[in-house]
Amino acid sequence: MIQKNSTAAGVLELAEQLRWQVGDSFHQELMESIYTEAAQLANRAVTQPTDKPRFDLDRTIDRIVTSRRWGFPLMVLLFTLVFWITIAGANAPSSWLATMLIGTGQPWLKQLASSVGMPWWLNGLLIDGVYLTTAWVIAVMLPPMAIFFPMFTLLEDFGYLPRVAFNLDSIFRRSGAHGKQALSMMMGFGCNAAGVVATRVIDSPRERLIAIITNNFALCNGRWPTQILIATIYIGSLVPAYLAGLVSALAVVSIALLGVLLSLVVSWGLSRTILKGEVSTFSLELPPYRPPRFWQTIYTSLIDRTMIVLWRAVVFAAPAGVVIWLSANIIIGDASISGHLIRWLNPLGILLGLNGVILLAYVVAIPANEIVIPTILMLTVLSGGIAGIGHGAGVMFELNSDSQTLSVFQQGGWTLLTAVNLMLFSLIHNPCSTTIYTIYKETGSKKWTLIASLLPVGMGLTITFFVAQIWRLLAGAGF
Amino acid sequence: MTTSTIPATGSPCESCPAHHAGNLKRLGVDMGNWDFVVALAGNPNTGKSTVFNALTGLRQHTGNWPGKTVTRAEGGFAYGGHRYKMVDLPGTYSLLSTSMDEEIARDFLLFGQPDVTVIVVDATHLERNLNLTLQVLEITDRVVLALNLMDESRRHKLRIDDRRLARDLGVPVVPMAARYGEGRPELLKAISEVATAKTVCKPRRLKKQAPRIQQAIGQLIPAIEKLFPDLPNSQWVALRLLDGDSQIAEAILDGRIGQLQRISETLPGQDSTRARLLEKTS
Repeated sequence: MIQKNSTAAGVLELAEQLRWQVGDSFHQELMESIYTEAAQLANRAVTQPTDKPRFDLDRTIDRIVTSRRWGFPLMVLLFTLVFWITIAGANAPSSWLATMLIGTGQPWLKQLASSVGMPWWLNGLLIDGVYLTTAWVIAVMLPPMAIFFPMFTLLEDFGYLPRVAFNLDSIFRRSGAHGKQALSMMMGFGCNAAGVVATRVIDSPRERLIAIITNNFALCNGRWPTQILIATIYIGSLVPAYLAGLVSALAVVSIALLGVLLSLVVSWGLSRTILKGEVSTFSLELPPYRPPRFWQTIYTSLIDRTMIVLWRAVVFAAPAGVVIWLSANIIIGDASISGHLIRWLNPLGILLGLNGVILLAYVVAIPANEIVIPTILMLTVLSGGIAGIGHGAGVMFELNSDSQTLSVFQQGGWTLLTAVNLMLFSLIHNPCSTTIYTIYKETGSKKWTLIASLLPVGMGLTITFFVAQIWRLLAGAGF
Repeated sequence: MTTSTIPATGSPCESCPAHHAGNLKRLGVDMGNWDFVVALAGNPNTGKSTVFNALTGLRQHTGNWPGKTVTRAEGGFAYGGHRYKMVDLPGTYSLLSTSMDEEIARDFLLFGQPDVTVIVVDATHLERNLNLTLQVLEITDRVVLALNLMDESRRHKLRIDDRRLARDLGVPVVPMAARYGEGRPELLKAISEVATAKTVCKPRRLKKQAPRIQQAIGQLIPAIEKLFPDLPNSQWVALRLLDGDSQIAEAILDGRIGQLQRISETLPGQDSTRARLLEKTS
């Protein structure tokens, strides 16, 4: 006989006993009864159209964009188009912004500072450090973001992204990850911190950890400008001018695809070693295509995405400008602080097909990937002592055309290998500090945060090392 | 609680207060002294965030993208002399599984005890959307059903009898096309009427269970009600316990389930316990 005492423990005990009576199929039957009632209610309320429309546009589009044969090529084509428009469209406004903010704005501020009698160190710190770093970030980032984000948001509102997830789902499942990881990865292409939060849609903790650890391989918008710039000036210059834009766009798309590939490989590795387990199933809804509300989408993506990302970059760039200026102007012994660090990092950098400047820039840029390129440029000028460009230690200079940027890189000893490995290392290194903090908040575990931070940087060092060795072997002589 | 009529839906007239735009004062997120809490639930990608934006005037990014909202977004609006706090919950297909987004939605409905729960459903996929609706109706009885995406259902030439649906479910049903602001005044009116108890819902509760299950529920409900009299949703608690839901078991052990009944005894919107509970679950 069941004891029906009215304590909480008693109720639970009774429930436990009854669970044995109702048996295993309870959940199934409960769901069935809900489904049956829902079906009845819906049948009573909905009248289906008497004759089906002959042509269903949604289904026709879906049949093409998620087809086995055309799904993938279309995806690559569409994203190449998006990047090509971004690269082609951003060039002119970027150099205009650089001319205005740096070419005209910086000397004017300098003049103003000296006319009010500002001491040289404060003048240097504020104008050569803070102002120039910030101006550089705006000139490099604002135009591509203002073109890329609205296009991406339009695709999103139209309903294309779930189709991408649908195309990728089966590969993700075969690699031992959750199919919804394709969704959190798509968010990661915007921002990895947002991608890590988006993994909440995955219910199994094992698969969620895999999604969190591999999210960093989705190229985030802090890294797109680096890829776009390096691809434009190095990869694009390998081919005739009329092909340059297209080839650069293809180079950026291949890096992004390599990121997808790496996240699959790492998921596969993790699910067979430290995160073993079964793959869970889920249903992925393909929403109907909806015509995006054009102007509202443009407005929201400009205000929400572009401005928020840009603001974040500016907030991190300003203090970084202080750090860079100080490290270039405080002399210890025979060189500045940054000079010592570059000299110390250089042997490792050369071994990796990079150089000391790039490694140091990646340390400075841990808070925000957005400031990598400005930092590299300035440190290159400092350590190389290039005459005629820039205005001295700790000054970021006007570079209002890509060819000028290229000449700085070349005088810094850069080769095509350096450019390729920089693109690779930009894809494969530790997440930015915001993402690391988000990973810690989401997992609540120091161990997994550490793994998620160190695994990619370890892989990046290994991959660039091997690429450098093979490259040099094939080239015959060392670079 | 014995009103037998459910108000007809979607019959706007010029004299209705809903048509005075001045009544709707948009407040953004600044909600010092709110009177009522309104939760927005629904399947993924049915336009919850669009409804949320239309009512609060906020511009949360909405994507055509199931799973866009994984955390709770909050905002507020004023209507008919009351201030409403609005909480946009993550989209879920059911309240029975254990992923984090579904937990956020369920915990809020159960422990946050919203004064009104607006379930946003996709009119073009009514059957699937009603699965969640029936589950929500088990938890709470103050519900308004927003029958969204009517524009798309018209495009698909579906005819939906919203009055019959309202009668069957026992809650007000408002046809909407939130993207174009269609149905917004009617929704505001329905929310305020449910919040101020002008409309009393008689929600449909699940009945079609196997006899074996009905018997088990029949034994469990009295035991639960003896421990927590006046619990508004004892059948749902019984179902969850039979399904082995460890979190509901925990809530019974530590007495959080008991707090629900004390709240439901007090007047809506004038209780500070509720405010604390709301903070606890966030």
